[in-house]
Amino acid sequence: MIPSGFDYHRAESVDDAIQAVAGGDDEAKLIAGGHSLLPLMKLRFAAPSLLVDIGRLDELRGIERQNGTWRIGGGTRHADLQDREDLGVVAKAASLIADQQVRNRGTIGGSLAHGDPASDLPAVVLAAEGELAVKGSGGERTVAAADLFQDYLTTSITPDEVITAVDLPALDGWGWGYEKYSRRAEDWAMVGVVALVKGEGGTCEDVRVGLTHMGSTPLRASATEEALRGGPLDAERIAAAAAEAADGTDPPGDLNATPEYKQHLARVLTGRALRQAAGLDG
Amino acid sequence: MESATATPAEDRFVGRPMKRREDPRFITGTGSYIDDLHVQGTLHAAFVRSTEAHATITQIDTSEAEAHPGVVGVYTAEDVKFEGGIPMVWAPPGVEINTPDHMPLKSGEVKCIGDPVAVVVGSDRYGVVDAAEKVIVEYEPKPVVVDPEAALEEGSPLVWEQFGTNKTHEWAVGGGDIDAALSQADVVLEHSIVNHRTAGAAIETRGAIAEPRGGSIVLHSATQIPHITRFILSGVLGLSEHDLRVIAPDVGGGFGSKLNTYGEEALLCQLARQLGRPVKWIETRSENMAYTHHGRDQVAHVTMGARSDGTVTGVRARIVADLGAYFQILTPFIPELGFPVAGGCYRFEAIDLHFTGVFTNKFATDAIRGAGRPEMTHWVEVMMDRLAREVGSDPVEIRRRNFIPKDAFPYETPLGIVYDSGDYAGTLDKLLTKLDLDEFRREQEELRGKGVHRGIGFSTYTEVCGLAPSRAVGPQGVGLQAAFYESATVRVHPTGSATVYSGASPHGQGLDTSFAQIAADRLGIAPENVEVIHGDTNSGPWGWGTYGSRSLSVGGEAIARAAERVQDKAKKICAAMLEAAPEDIELAGGAFRVKGSPDQSMTMAEIAGAAYIPPQELPTEIEPGLEESAFYDPENFVFPFGAHACVVDVDVETGKVEVARWVAVDDCGPAINPMLIDGQVHGGVAHGIGQALYEQVVYDADGQLVTGSFVDYALPTAAELPSFETDRTETPSPVNSLGVKGVGEAGTIAASPAVLNAVVDALRPLGVDYIDMPLTPLRVWQAIEEARGSGAGPADSEQGTDVGEHGGGAAGSGPASPDEGGAS
Amino acid sequence: MGSTATVRVSVNGERRESEVEARLLLVHYLRDTLGLTGTHVGCDTTNCGACTVLLDGEAVKSCTVLAVQADGAEVKTIEGMGAHDELHPLQEAFWSEHGLQCGFCTPGMIMSAADLLSRNPNPSEEEIRKGLEGNLCRCTGYHNIVKAVQAAAAAAAGAGTHAGREAEGVSA
Repeated sequence: MIPSGFDYHRAESVDDAIQAVAGGDDEAKLIAGGHSLLPLMKLRFAAPSLLVDIGRLDELRGIERQNGTWRIGGGTRHADLQDREDLGVVAKAASLIADQQVRNRGTIGGSLAHGDPASDLPAVVLAAEGELAVKGSGGERTVAAADLFQDYLTTSITPDEVITAVDLPALDGWGWGYEKYSRRAEDWAMVGVVALVKGEGGTCEDVRVGLTHMGSTPLRASATEEALRGGPLDAERIAAAAAEAADGTDPPGDLNATPEYKQHLARVLTGRALRQAAGLDG
Repeated sequence: MESATATPAEDRFVGRPMKRREDPRFITGTGSYIDDLHVQGTLHAAFVRSTEAHATITQIDTSEAEAHPGVVGVYTAEDVKFEGGIPMVWAPPGVEINTPDHMPLKSGEVKCIGDPVAVVVGSDRYGVVDAAEKVIVEYEPKPVVVDPEAALEEGSPLVWEQFGTNKTHEWAVGGGDIDAALSQADVVLEHSIVNHRTAGAAIETRGAIAEPRGGSIVLHSATQIPHITRFILSGVLGLSEHDLRVIAPDVGGGFGSKLNTYGEEALLCQLARQLGRPVKWIETRSENMAYTHHGRDQVAHVTMGARSDGTVTGVRARIVADLGAYFQILTPFIPELGFPVAGGCYRFEAIDLHFTGVFTNKFATDAIRGAGRPEMTHWVEVMMDRLAREVGSDPVEIRRRNFIPKDAFPYETPLGIVYDSGDYAGTLDKLLTKLDLDEFRREQEELRGKGVHRGIGFSTYTEVCGLAPSRAVGPQGVGLQAAFYESATVRVHPTGSATVYSGASPHGQGLDTSFAQIAADRLGIAPENVEVIHGDTNSGPWGWGTYGSRSLSVGGEAIARAAERVQDKAKKICAAMLEAAPEDIELAGGAFRVKGSPDQSMTMAEIAGAAYIPPQELPTEIEPGLEESAFYDPENFVFPFGAHACVVDVDVETGKVEVARWVAVDDCGPAINPMLIDGQVHGGVAHGIGQALYEQVVYDADGQLVTGSFVDYALPTAAELPSFETDRTETPSPVNSLGVKGVGEAGTIAASPAVLNAVVDALRPLGVDYIDMPLTPLRVWQAIEEARGSGAGPADSEQGTDVGEHGGGAAGSGPASPDEGGAS
Repeated sequence: MGSTATVRVSVNGERRESEVEARLLLVHYLRDTLGLTGTHVGCDTTNCGACTVLLDGEAVKSCTVLAVQADGAEVKTIEGMGAHDELHPLQEAFWSEHGLQCGFCTPGMIMSAADLLSRNPNPSEEEIRKGLEGNLCRCTGYHNIVKAVQAAAAAAAGAGTHAGREAEGVSA
């Protein structure tokens, strides 16, 4: 299996990349690690006429903390995130993406731009209420994670825009939990849940729950969050809140799961992730 | 006899865990697999395959593809002629089998996804793929049937209208008075057990290069059966056998999937003849999932009768086998191949089997690791556990009660099969010493209190292997139009090193090493001085290939016999040179010496020198040279056996099953190389766990293949499997001089029922007593939910007919399935 | 057909320069252009890992990297790990521990193991299993592959150069 032919341009800079994509025809695509795009091209589900390679741009790489925010370059690879314990749930989620070879190539910007609801990082960025710094031929703009995911494999990033950085609140003092449920280690999540909890003296001050592969985009489990926010942070309350995790979801069935089963998994995994985040699992 | 840890004598190599002589090339990347071969001037082939499961081809437009740069030609069925299609070689006496044509390229109609409709040949590997996309095929869809039992119903769409039915054939075998056995039983259990469709999934796909040499063709092919392939293809191509040479290079795994002669091989040969240039094709994984034969795919409707003490009186099984749309060389025979072990390790008084083969719009099934025996063993072992529960016994006790005792061998089953040897209680006893079952049960109870559901499952199996006795399996036996002896030539060179030519065709088993060990012991030389050659129809004698756990017990024995003939001749030469009687020469301490006078001796190198450059002392009646051949056709099969235990933890909230522990005690007779036996058991068990928990070939109701790649066909990774605790007993087979039995399929045969029994053991307190394989999280969860009576979804427990469109709860291809297993 | 581009890479320490189609996959560049056939292809979907090579020291699936993406990089394939007479400890350990059968997945498995040991020189069994999740093997059930990686780690740590082999009395 091999891709259809295409032209190739290695970008010298982000600006060069934007110019190349915008100046080419409609079928131009950016490629970084290429681990979402190349598999589709090999199966000929995608056949861009021009690939603009931003995989070598150092300006897109890096992890740094600025006050209360982590700024992660859009070209930062999963492998660069996976062992960064100071990144908390981001590192955990990155470490569970596919396998090491994939993590050595795939990038956070690529994952977010691809917008696959089964991927790990989108729900994490959504739950963390991150923001994307985006640059395109129309200039620079900021996209809130909540505005990013439009539909299945569809985001609000336009083809000529580069995700230059992902800004994530450091969430100091928050606990986190991450539950990924897949048939095999290297598979996509059948369902994944990220839970972020800010607790103080047994009370849930704030909580955010993100769901992976529960719809055409990553989702927030709003009913669960509401049920928990401001109340006591104990096992009973968490169980009750987790029972609402699938409310309003309409997950697609597939080879491995029926919609009902996915909703069930979402409830179970939300309970587990919340207990981890609340420090109730020992 | 039990001597698992017997150490061989200093000068003996059989019995030692020797490092494999195959490995240096593989670990340095210098192996030579089919895609590594580059023949000057090679053209590449790419197929255009059916995207419809059943349709009439109304038009094929190849014009745009033909105009593609580098394309030499685009060929459809009418452009390439054959003497016939791929033949099916089973003709059981007195049985009619509806046998359809199976041509390398399809014309008129396609019958399943992946059917080859056209082939593009060109100079560039990438270019032919581009061109194949430009071939436009128009189809008029026809009704599709994918469920074998639905296919047998009146009014079902027909896969082959010419037969007026989807039934391929029926075949029955029985022994003992089954009616009496069941009517007089205290307990009668009825149950339907599915053994779903799986793939061989060797990591190397198929592939071949056909190379014209004058009027002859050399076919290099990733195959398990070079000699059979020449035999079959010479007929398909209308070539004399001497004009077709088949070479199996290094082969990257087979598991039965390369135990076949495929249409693509025939087509490449014919294209090479027509074009006068080598033509190469390497199967893609997508093609492999669709059009390399699948395995299993049966439903067994079983009735088992027993006395109240748990003694089985008889079993009856009505087996419906989904054979797909075509026959590969053995397709309809594979379900029946399990029949000799329908009684398992047990003394059943009566056995009655009835097989019905069915056409569906899927690709053919055929032999996959175990081939018929895993299916048979699976239901026998699952039923034994059900019986134990029914009569208030336990899995260990019920097996002991029914075992054929050690002193009953050779044991003739009601089906007339003679089990050569066995000590079933011996392997089970040894297994139990490793388990501490009482402690396990205590712990299990304690864990249940904490919400952890742990279970243990047993499987005690015997398998029939060493596929040979030609009289038993040949035309007048079960009806294969073939024989199954094996052959060897052993040639000692003038300097005393040796070459062994085998008719077997190993592809990962390590037989280069064990064959060398066998020959070395009989030649008085070191294994590193023995070269092993196989897999080339122009080198060495005719042979039947490697499959059915036969290569050691049949092929290895042939080598032993040829080497012993060489040894006899060496003794004669030695005797003449040392002026002793041949019967006074012994091979000991790595030399041929006169008994009682160890200082009077010759090495093999000295004897070989005399054989090839005869000195005056050598009598002229001793022929020059030192080379002998043997053809070995055993009198019976061999019957390895063993006891396996599987411990699982089931997450009852999510349905996920984790194999926590695996303990296996196998008996394949005396070890030639114990390291290789362990390796075969590991791989076999992993294959069986894969089937039980992860793997399934799924077609949806429209006949579309849902599991078209390794994204959805879930081969387990290292992270899903445990380490395996293996041990052995050694009960020699009386059938061959080595005492050996096969071990390549044993683990697979043992594994799947042990997993199922373990999961049921874990979930019994929740009311779950059966789940059809594969035990995916979804199915396990559904079964738990159904048992709890919450009515959550169509759990597929008791009926056991969940195949085809319902497979795995599939609701079609998921949105993520086109992608690969990773993000960004 | 798309455009071509120049690829300059160092492969197993040797500098190579080729004009290739932009769509040429790294695995085909290595196998078909350079003739390094030790790197294999086992699937279409980035699952099996048979094509794993080291790109600037890290394991990648070379079926999902364009040759042009590797421009300027250092590539190491199984052929660069060690020849017959000077095997890399991982090669030695796969041989000693019977960590291969048909051998087809082996080069990729060894290259993944090299990445794993460079990140974690002393991995637990669980870490090895997780670390090799991107490589499929149908023959071995992974049991002896895991042992081989353990043996190689032990050898590298100086805990016993031929640990596995001598402990088990396996003769050459």
